Amino acid sequence: MLWEVVLLFLIVIAGTSGELCMSRAMKTVGEVKDFRPTALFRVMARAMQVGWMWIGFLLMIVAFLALLGALSIENVSFVVPVTAISYAAGALGGKIFLGERISSQRWAGVALVCIGVTLVIIGRN
Amino acid sequence: MKASGSLRSKTFLLILSMVTFGPLGNTLLGKGMKQIGAVTIRTLPDLIHIVSKVFTSGTIWLGMMSLLMFFISYMLVLSWADYSYVQPASAFAYGIVALWGHFLLHETVTPTRWLGVLVIGAGVFVVGYTHPRTTEHD
Repeated sequence: MLWEVVLLFLIVIAGTSGELCMSRAMKTVGEVKDFRPTALFRVMARAMQVGWMWIGFLLMIVAFLALLGALSIENVSFVVPVTAISYAAGALGGKIFLGERISSQRWAGVALVCIGVTLVIIGRN
Repeated sequence: MKASGSLRSKTFLLILSMVTFGPLGNTLLGKGMKQIGAVTIRTLPDLIHIVSKVFTSGTIWLGMMSLLMFFISYMLVLSWADYSYVQPASAFAYGIVALWGHFLLHETVTPTRWLGVLVIGAGVFVVGYTHPRTTEHD
């Protein structure tokens, strides 16, 4: 049981934190307005020079390895709460780590997505 | 706070790219790996054989290109839009997968799954009506 809790924690926290770090790195790069291939290439190169991007990659790798570990010791139903919790954790992380203002309308949307994702995964054949 | 039309349009286009290329990449990679078959690696030549099979599979290359497109779209949209906006909106990929399954692959999609897709759609709609960016940056 302890292992499952540790893996669940790693999947949700490391996965979401990794994406939040990537988001922070991209905010540092600044809003992309030029979508020509050479300009996009420059944006990607700039993004790779931001430390948050590499911290994000590292955390996403940790989350991926934890997911592989979880799937090897648990059946797939384990993934249901993990996936749903990730959306709530993402909104909370956006508020705390990125300073995003989350209105009650956005919270309501996130809650609906959590419920919907749970139903989709439960409803798989 | 109202989002400018261009900000909302480019956010919408990139999220559309994410929800299209993400599931497509996963499906193609899964299909490519199934074409290769069960993998047993005992010796170095086994490993070289499998790696060469993986990297000469057109399906796997298409899958990797799709996932690359997904990831680039994700990075670009996060350069201006809130993470708490993009992350739930990208859940619409579940709906795309169910629609593909039903109309292209003629799979049976259970009523619970359709209900989930509808609820996700409602959630994405509600999130989509908030401002894509609530922080100030360049």
